[in-house]
Amino acid sequence: MTNAPAHTSKGKKFSLVRALRENRVAQGLFLIFPANFYLFLLIVLPLLLVTGLSFLSRGEYGQILFKFNLANYARLFNALYGKIMLFSLAVGIGTTVLCLLIGYPMAYYLAHASERTRSLLLFLILLPFWTNFIIRIYAWMMILRSGGFLDSILLWAHLTKASLNLLYSSTAVMIGMVYEFLPFTVLPLYTSLEKIDNSLLEAAADLGAPPWKAFLRITLPLSFPGMIAGTILTFIPAMGMFVVSDLLGGAKTILIGNVIRNQFLTARDWPFGAAASMILMLLTMIFTLYYTRKAGFGEELLV
Amino acid sequence: MNSDIAVEFHDIVKIFPTPEGGTVTAVDHVSLEIKHGEFFSFLGPSGCGKTTSLRMMAGFEWPTYGEVIINGRSMGHTPPYMRPVNTVFQNYALFQHMTVSQNVAFGLEMEKVPRTEIDQRVGEALEMVKLGGMGRRKPKQLSGGQQQRVALARALVKRPEVLLLDEPLGALDLKLRKEMQLELKALQEHVGITFIYVTHDQEEALTMSNRIAVMNKGKALQIGGAVEIYERPNCRFVADFIGETNFLTGTIKTLTNDRVIVLLNSLNQEITGIWQGDLSLRQAVVVSIRPEKVRLVDDDKKEIRDLPRNENLLRGKVVTTAYIGSDTRVVLDIGAGLRMRAWEQNAISTLDPDAYYSSGDAVRMYIPIENTLVLPEDAS
Amino acid sequence: MSEKKTALWLRIYTFLAYLFIYIPILVLIIFSFNTQKLNIRWEGFTLSWYNVLFHDQQILLATRNTLMIAFVSTLVATVIGTMAALAMQRYHFPLYSTSETLMYIPIVIPEVVMGISLLVFFVLIKFTLGLVTITLSHIAFNIPFVALVVRARLHGYDNAIDEAAMDLGANELTTFWRVTLPTIMPGVLSGAMLALTLSLDDYIITYFTAGPGSTTLPLRVYSMVRFVVTPEINALSTLWVLLVFVILALGQIAQSRRA
Repeated sequence: MTNAPAHTSKGKKFSLVRALRENRVAQGLFLIFPANFYLFLLIVLPLLLVTGLSFLSRGEYGQILFKFNLANYARLFNALYGKIMLFSLAVGIGTTVLCLLIGYPMAYYLAHASERTRSLLLFLILLPFWTNFIIRIYAWMMILRSGGFLDSILLWAHLTKASLNLLYSSTAVMIGMVYEFLPFTVLPLYTSLEKIDNSLLEAAADLGAPPWKAFLRITLPLSFPGMIAGTILTFIPAMGMFVVSDLLGGAKTILIGNVIRNQFLTARDWPFGAAASMILMLLTMIFTLYYTRKAGFGEELLV
Repeated sequence: MNSDIAVEFHDIVKIFPTPEGGTVTAVDHVSLEIKHGEFFSFLGPSGCGKTTSLRMMAGFEWPTYGEVIINGRSMGHTPPYMRPVNTVFQNYALFQHMTVSQNVAFGLEMEKVPRTEIDQRVGEALEMVKLGGMGRRKPKQLSGGQQQRVALARALVKRPEVLLLDEPLGALDLKLRKEMQLELKALQEHVGITFIYVTHDQEEALTMSNRIAVMNKGKALQIGGAVEIYERPNCRFVADFIGETNFLTGTIKTLTNDRVIVLLNSLNQEITGIWQGDLSLRQAVVVSIRPEKVRLVDDDKKEIRDLPRNENLLRGKVVTTAYIGSDTRVVLDIGAGLRMRAWEQNAISTLDPDAYYSSGDAVRMYIPIENTLVLPEDAS
Repeated sequence: MSEKKTALWLRIYTFLAYLFIYIPILVLIIFSFNTQKLNIRWEGFTLSWYNVLFHDQQILLATRNTLMIAFVSTLVATVIGTMAALAMQRYHFPLYSTSETLMYIPIVIPEVVMGISLLVFFVLIKFTLGLVTITLSHIAFNIPFVALVVRARLHGYDNAIDEAAMDLGANELTTFWRVTLPTIMPGVLSGAMLALTLSLDDYIITYFTAGPGSTTLPLRVYSMVRFVVTPEINALSTLWVLLVFVILALGQIAQSRRA
């Protein structure tokens, strides 16, 4: 047996495997590399391309003119598109607020229900959640059509005289949006509310707080993480959603999402569409940054 | 190379980076030798470097400087799975998704032992830790003590030359802990391999170990058997950490080969004691006197004019007493705001209240010179 | 408010809310059996629309595509996402926060934006749009979700068991395979399930990255819904709901059995 120190495990001069094994930093980099590489290639790079594209313009024959200009952005703030943007913002905020208002009591009930009721209700909320959303919007199309389900019922019950013509209106769009995003709000809210220790409420009662005050001063603040997560999960997709307004809305209910979609697929003014996308991104990023800086990301609720 | 030595530390230093960007020296120039078949313990408060030292033996950490030598081979950057040592972890680290038997068999599977032999050895190992028949269960179905035994069996079944144990009894309740201490000791003697044990419980270390390394702030302050550590601590920390003791501060007045005379601060009195290591005249020192090693006498009894030449005398007043049953623990005020503790064994069974001290009594405390240890003020 | 007595109004409200959620679905299902084509009045019970559905070549093709894409993208995303989660939860390395931000980007950008950027990208590098581009895109948005879920489950992972495995003789790879992976498997499966669902359901991103010849189920449904009103869609919807119901129910049973 030699006295030589066994510094090398295999006797090779250099081995990638050994370098990996001994160096924790290398191991970490090895594990994160595929994700970083892939996401850089397919997310960051494309986004950079779009950013660049937004400063160019479209030529007569549909080609790209490589001249830096801000025409697209200017156009976005004109009367027509400015209105669309405001409308989109209104829809996004409106959807989020409505979902919160409608969903909060549901989440509250869920959080306080008995074990069995809770499982059942969670199951019942997940069911439509996992079902394809286009199908669910289609269901509303069926219902809201003139002469559709809703009209038929109301006519049959003699509550109305004529068709409500709800389809292809902004009301229809709002209904569709709320319907679509309700589970996204309820689930994080529920998770957050469920975590609240009951003994806190008992302590509040013991100290003389009536139920509504206990709710306002204790339950509500403690459910903020859920509210935030729910808001983020609702607002961001809502802003970019064009499917709902496509199917349930009409010419008057165009959102930014629709504009972007149209530019890329029908009008073929890609630079303009890119600019619209940048604005959309900006809106959502400002929102997200403001929110998460205020109160965390709430990612633990995802589990 | 001494084939008597199982594990050796050659001037080991381990430095960790801190999250704030600085460094912390977890192990600060530690050298020691652990013999084959020894029950060796690392003892010290949390953060003293004992666990880090153990982990460097196991291979979970590599020293920043210095060498870890196991069975004569320097370990260098050898990974844990190539070292002839096995570890019993503090929180057992059992594989929850496997049964008890599968847990114990794991190490043998890594060695590519044939299946029949695995089954046999697993059975034997479980019997040895008194868990025979529990093989099919999952770890979460077992109590803490049982899980600990599984961890033990899992390590021992591989017949390692050295077993490393990282505070294995920490999570158990007192009674179970004491039982397990005896069992572990018996096991070690039965199996005959080297046990290297980490604990912060000095009683545990004293009970089980052949030798103890007392550590603080990364340094191994003293290495020796229980008796040596207790009776002849080499510094203030060791004297303080092991057992209980009284400290009096002073400076050295006279120094001879076997005796030292210390002028006590505040009390303006001299005291004679024994010493070891490096001391010099006028050095600031601390005198360590263990409470059970003094003799109390009522101060109204006739004083022996001549102090036997091997005793010191301090006078004091009783502040509080605590009757423990086997002994009485007395706190004395010896003047200048100093307090000392003294334990008197209740050798004679009596109900006579006068036989027991009470607050306010004047007493004389005789301390044999052999029991008066003079230690340097600061070991580091 | 005590646990046992939840206010009556709350109960009623929740009941109505659930009604609101389910009426459309029920209407869908009921009218899938309607003989009348226009979904207005109930005429008679029939299964003919299901028959049409099963013979609709386009739907069958779309279904096959959707399943293939979902399967492949889930597989790749789960592997890459799990690796990333392990990296972020257990290691320190340079550019850590950059990696973390990178991971979150796909979650916070609207799907439209991601869709068009991928379109621009693929066109720029002259990669023909088709099933492959769809799959690549699905992997891109699945990776962060898998990583997020696995990461959440990695909290509280006891590193000591990995050390124990190595102590007992397993090298890094064996440790991962025999100890780490089985232990985090529930989290990995959760992540995979999420990825699968997101992929099966995805419309917007698929819309932009699909070529003329390739179609997935959501795409097909959309074009059918837009232009044709046929109870065939009701039939499809009913089956879909049924499938989800069965899968969820199985999931519930599996979970309660494990506990």
